Amino acid sequence: MRLRVEVRLKPGHFDPEGDVTAKMLRDLGFPVTMVKTGKVYIVDVESDDREEALRLAEEMCRKLLANPVKDDYSLEVLPT
Amino acid sequence: MSLNGFKACVLRTGGTNCDLETSIALEEVGIKAEIIHMNRIENKSLLDYHLVVFPGGFSYGDYVRAGAVWGKNVLVKLRIELERFIEEGRLVLGICNGFQVLVEAGILPGDGVSETPSAALANNSSARYECRWVWLRVENNETPFTMMMEKGEVLRIPVGHAEGRFLTRSEKDLEELKKNRQIVFRYVLPNGDCANGLYPFNPNGSTYDVAGICNRKGNVMGMMPHPERAFFGWQLVEWGKTPPERGDGRKIFESIVKYFRERIY
Repeated sequence: MRLRVEVRLKPGHFDPEGDVTAKMLRDLGFPVTMVKTGKVYIVDVESDDREEALRLAEEMCRKLLANPVKDDYSLEVLPT
Repeated sequence: MSLNGFKACVLRTGGTNCDLETSIALEEVGIKAEIIHMNRIENKSLLDYHLVVFPGGFSYGDYVRAGAVWGKNVLVKLRIELERFIEEGRLVLGICNGFQVLVEAGILPGDGVSETPSAALANNSSARYECRWVWLRVENNETPFTMMMEKGEVLRIPVGHAEGRFLTRSEKDLEELKKNRQIVFRYVLPNGDCANGLYPFNPNGSTYDVAGICNRKGNVMGMMPHPERAFFGWQLVEWGKTPPERGDGRKIFESIVKYFRERIY
């Protein structure tokens, strides 16, 4: 199964990278009001079971990919 | 100076770059220091040492989050030994990336090791790498790392990091840290007044100007500033004039010596 794991800052958390990017995009003339940054991990797991794969991804977030103090995440099974 | 039998282990992994300065600082104050790569740690026992240092650097290229990969690597390889190490009252010091590692491994600010971090060192509010001298105020001088300082003393030590903004889960967690006297250093103005988030005195936007914290027992400490970079007089900004003989960072290493001398396990 191929998974898409998106990790981003929790709402209300200060995102300096997003703010700097938004400013630069505005300087380039784009009508940008907000940019939020995050990370995307594409993960292949040895499982044919959708639920199992999502459960594993959840655990990956808890153990490594996200820090619950500042990060939210969303999981998705991708077509392979 | 004889500190026979007291040994420090300075751990390193790919991307660590402050291991040598840190071990030189330890040796200068009389603590025998060995630099050990994580790939070789299985052949050693942590319990042969009295101090473990996680030095600064960019372990694993700061991938995922600064300190996250090494932090988890520590849990996989050393969890049981490290728990015992801390339980026995031996010392653990994390500097810069090492502090990030201790937080990501759940070792700080909690007591013991946990899979889920209860604090974070998020990217600096300036959105860039901050490399500058800062002033720190000693908030707790009763830890093994601060015994040679006065409470309220102001130290000048440099920082160099992009992810040092200390965050707790909640206001309540921060209150707990204050109550348990776990906040060891805060960023201040040169005169010792609170920085209250004022840049560049608080270089990263840390909550409550936190620069360094310890566990409840005080034997594990992590700090963003680099004491090993303010050790010799010639490392200080006055090096071209008549520098003082020693930098303020030296006091952390001297405190460890005092602790080792006075305390028998």
